[in-house]
Amino acid sequence: MPSEHKTGLRWSNWNLLLILPLFMLITPWFNQDEPRLFGLPFFYWYQFVFVPLGVLCVGLVYVKTKDQPVVTGKPDKLGVDDLDEGAN
Amino acid sequence: MQWTELIVFSALFLFVTVLGFVAAKWQKGETLEHLDEWGLGGRKFGSWITWFLVGGDLYTAYTFVAVPALMFGAGAMGFFALPYTVILYPIVFLPLVRMWSVSRVHGYVTPADFVKGRYGSHWLALLIAITGIFATMPYIALQLVGLEAVLRSMGLNGSGILGHLPLFIAFVILAVYTYQSGLRAPALIAFVKDILIYIVILVAIVYLPAKFGGWGEIFNDADAKFKATPAPGDGILLNANNQLQYATLALGSALALFIYPHSLTGILASRGRNVIKRNMVALPAYSLVLGLLALLGYVAISAGTKPIVNQATGRPDTNTIVPELFGANFPSWFAGIAFAAIGIGALVPAAIMSIAAANLWTRNVYKEYLKKNASPAEEAKQAKLASLVVKFGAVAFIVFIDPQFSIDLQLIGGVIILQTLPAVAIALYTRWFHIWGLISGWFAGMAYGMYLLYLIPSADKSRLHFGGSALPLNQLSIFGWHPFGGSAMTIYVGIIALAVNLIVAVIVTLIAKKAKVFNGTDQTDPSDYHVDEDNPRVKPIAAH
Repeated sequence: MPSEHKTGLRWSNWNLLLILPLFMLITPWFNQDEPRLFGLPFFYWYQFVFVPLGVLCVGLVYVKTKDQPVVTGKPDKLGVDDLDEGAN
Repeated sequence: MQWTELIVFSALFLFVTVLGFVAAKWQKGETLEHLDEWGLGGRKFGSWITWFLVGGDLYTAYTFVAVPALMFGAGAMGFFALPYTVILYPIVFLPLVRMWSVSRVHGYVTPADFVKGRYGSHWLALLIAITGIFATMPYIALQLVGLEAVLRSMGLNGSGILGHLPLFIAFVILAVYTYQSGLRAPALIAFVKDILIYIVILVAIVYLPAKFGGWGEIFNDADAKFKATPAPGDGILLNANNQLQYATLALGSALALFIYPHSLTGILASRGRNVIKRNMVALPAYSLVLGLLALLGYVAISAGTKPIVNQATGRPDTNTIVPELFGANFPSWFAGIAFAAIGIGALVPAAIMSIAAANLWTRNVYKEYLKKNASPAEEAKQAKLASLVVKFGAVAFIVFIDPQFSIDLQLIGGVIILQTLPAVAIALYTRWFHIWGLISGWFAGMAYGMYLLYLIPSADKSRLHFGGSALPLNQLSIFGWHPFGGSAMTIYVGIIALAVNLIVAVIVTLIAKKAKVFNGTDQTDPSDYHVDEDNPRVKPIAAH
């Protein structure tokens, strides 16, 4: 890929979304019992909420930056059996 | 002896043993006599296989046993496993695909291979390889701790050396099929392991809380238990002193995980960049399971579960909490499935870890120093033998040395492996650091980290040194100066050691650059880091 610039780094502003899940490390924001959800103290369910949030952030970055180098003609098949066929 | 459990367990164990041997023929390449094939499964795993393989690799039996045990004993602090495995993926999303691409172009099998290509220094690579092997060994031993907890819960709780016999048999079987099939064995077995784990956890998480009055009741019981204990650090919430430890432990563990050689083995075995990216999106499904599983530690409090006494050491083993909880509250056939899930869950990571350690030994020690012109077939042979040595080393660890020792070592392992972060992860982006900076930083971070760990007594004060990874800030000293004197807040040692490592690396790099010391040669090209599977520049698999 001769068109690459010298540093070899590619940047997309979508990557900034990857910082969002790190906010779950700020413990004073959620270190409390109330309000409870299904009996779970806030401390626990708040952190569970970050699981889908993290998936959403990483998933968005994946989808939005996909136009960069992509594989052509080799879709990732979903059937377990034929998963690896077509590779090499 | 619990016969029903034992029979279900043995049947499932036998099933995966057959799978382990059959795996050699699964999706096979032209030859198994090459590290690309034996050690990386042909570098062609698709999204699903990678998901099961890496999931089976990262979320180990030990995690499934130890995290609830930690919640049972200490409360909220044990929940760090959830933030750890959530922030992990956004952090490694970008660097991992770069690592895959550059490794695919140059045929790197281990992280130390990359370091050698990037810096042209086999000494730096040796340092990284030895660090990796040393950090992985106790991790394998820990898988045995998980497996043994299950075996002892089923009544195979003998004393002395004979008490370890079931464990020994299980490991011989594992060693033999890993020897024969390489990475394909754990990849295939991971399917069974993960499906069993999901079934068990989903049932446990629906059935058990209902049985003990719902989550509200369970948390109240846990709260009451922790309030009644004299220990100041426990509770269902964090306190003023352990919040920093909670956050830094989660962050440090996340930074460490993908520089462990066995995690990279799973990544390098995948077919392409999109496979890795999709997995970074999908792997948190396991984090959800881990989080739910952690809460079983509190369920065990409500259920009044008591850890069983390990006849080999004579002490109660809190790691038996989850197996005991299942054994007492599930019908025996389902408890057998649960035990098999945990037991097989130990085999998958143990196999991958031993392969990763064997790859490191072969590529960065054997081929580099002992037999420079080793053919690919000789490399594969050497790696197979090394995987046997590694596994029996791990068994010896458990049998002849107190298991507590491997738990301590694993704790140290995280601190140790973090010291390779500048050379392995930062080098993916920049070659700014000088070889000598990286080497001095490694030594400084390692020495300081070990010194700090030495200062920490265990929570119950039964041991004075290497008792944990939470360092009270008032003990942090810089040549005798205590910048945080009087503070009782605790912080994860790994983060401090990494900071020291980076500071020293920067200073030495500046000096070395000023003095114009030769900084090795870089085999890689900036565009190598973006190459995908369809690019003509990827190195043919299993070529010389």
